[in-house]
Amino acid sequence: MYLKKQNIATEIKNFTINFGPQHPAAHGVLRLILELKGEVIERADPHIGLLHRGTEKLIENKSYIQALPYFDRLDYVSMMSQEHTYSLAIERLANITVPVRARCIRVIFLEITRILNHLLAVGCHAMDVGAMTPFLWAFEEREKLMEFYERVSGARMHAAFIRPGGVSADLPLGFLDDLYLFIDQFNLRLDEIDEVLTENRIWKERLVNIGTVTAKDAIRWGFSGVMLRGSGICYDIRKFEPYENYSDIDFSIPVGIHGDCYDRYLLRVAEMRESLKIIEQVIGFITPGLIKTENIKQTSPSRSDVKNSMEGLIHHFKLFTEGVVVPTGEVYTVTEAPKGEFGVYLISDGSNKPYRCKIKAPGFAHLQALNFMSKGLMIADIVTIIGTLDIVFGEVDR
Amino acid sequence: MKNLNIKKIQNKSQFLNLEINKVIVYSDLIFSLFYYKQHIGTQCNLLSCISGVDFLGKTYRFSIVYHLLSLKFNKRLKLKVFVNEITSVESCTQVYENANWWEREIWDMYGIYFIKHPDLRRILTDYGFEGHPLRKDFPLSGFLELRFDNIQKSVVIQPIELSQEYRSFQYEMPWV
Repeated sequence: MYLKKQNIATEIKNFTINFGPQHPAAHGVLRLILELKGEVIERADPHIGLLHRGTEKLIENKSYIQALPYFDRLDYVSMMSQEHTYSLAIERLANITVPVRARCIRVIFLEITRILNHLLAVGCHAMDVGAMTPFLWAFEEREKLMEFYERVSGARMHAAFIRPGGVSADLPLGFLDDLYLFIDQFNLRLDEIDEVLTENRIWKERLVNIGTVTAKDAIRWGFSGVMLRGSGICYDIRKFEPYENYSDIDFSIPVGIHGDCYDRYLLRVAEMRESLKIIEQVIGFITPGLIKTENIKQTSPSRSDVKNSMEGLIHHFKLFTEGVVVPTGEVYTVTEAPKGEFGVYLISDGSNKPYRCKIKAPGFAHLQALNFMSKGLMIADIVTIIGTLDIVFGEVDR
Repeated sequence: MKNLNIKKIQNKSQFLNLEINKVIVYSDLIFSLFYYKQHIGTQCNLLSCISGVDFLGKTYRFSIVYHLLSLKFNKRLKLKVFVNEITSVESCTQVYENANWWEREIWDMYGIYFIKHPDLRRILTDYGFEGHPLRKDFPLSGFLELRFDNIQKSVVIQPIELSQEYRSFQYEMPWV
């Protein structure tokens, strides 16, 4: 008695693997359930929420200034861009005008933040793919930039520096000279990283034609920032919906052609060079002046006023207990954060606390498309794609 | 798609802070989104974000806001829908593919059910979590706490024990 072939039912199931929350290439806490057919991916299902800290709920219970440091901690590699979006939202609702010098300082720090972010993105992407050295070079440059953050605000990373009304403190003496020295040598550092990666045969083989997104698909999946520009769509919020001084600064937007990982890598390096140009121009035309709005009902008065005048003292007290009172209304402010379009939808009910603050993180929209981008690719390519999406879980999970 | 009857779209729009907001009835939602996406005068082809808002006390308590962007005209548009706890809204994944995760987040945080959503499950909260955190009647500290119990040598979930309750200071002075 032997089993005939047709009696044996062969059932083929996909092999499900857990690309776990603790993984050096998972860029934070990402739990990916991969359904594999051999080495080829049939379906990738990201489970997020492992870093969910309830930021939006906490913000609803705090005053506007108390809620500002939450934004630093959202995308913890490019800190000031989120603070900036939030400050812009409050300024639009409360009709606060920001003086010119404050705008220039903000632009300088936003571009420094952009360089910080792209250095980490390119460096960590290279490390995940296999190249260890650019990661260390990039982090050395990040240390130099974080020193600038520290000089102006006191904190290397989470500087609650950009506040509604302007910036919290003026640039110390000698800051702009040192910044100029940094810019001078940074182009050479970028050339070094470029030299190791851009024409490298192995890098090209790992990145070209991987994670290709056509322009139509990029719009369908709600991409923004480098992901959108990599697919050929020329859209940069700094040019199309300008904020701060960007309409006065001359810079160009690099746009990709093929929409694969290699194009996005080249875009990030090119954007770093553009940021250097922007910083150089702003250093050229920055003038002495006020660094926050004069209206002391909206920002705290200067320390000498607080110590010498009664109004200053009273306003300081009211601002740091009750806080800014923002008129009723709602606004959806977007800025070109280094990762994409970072949006803050702020609803105010006329009190000193935000009624609802919805944070639109670019990483959330990009991670959704992971399943779509990784169909038919292999596990090693998933690592490349996660690196190119530039995911940071602080903002995805909030 | 139904006949494009333009008059069906409720024309309640607001121009506020340089932003265009439109309020629509939730039964017209898919039709309106499709209209704004395909009409040559609007061409809102990118869905930026879907937000949920809880106005506790109103009859139609929740508001779902769809933030649309038209790349061609470089304009943003907000469509708002007002629903209560028991209304379920139709999912717009057929119109905008990326609405998937945004709707999952609104389901998780507010409890608004989306009909015809391909995969509606929790996204940000813990695996066995009960409740919808961003609702205004859900307390800030939640109901359960997780801790490592040294006797059982495992993580246990217990009702919350706060030594001092959350103090909410009322800073608004009545004479301002």
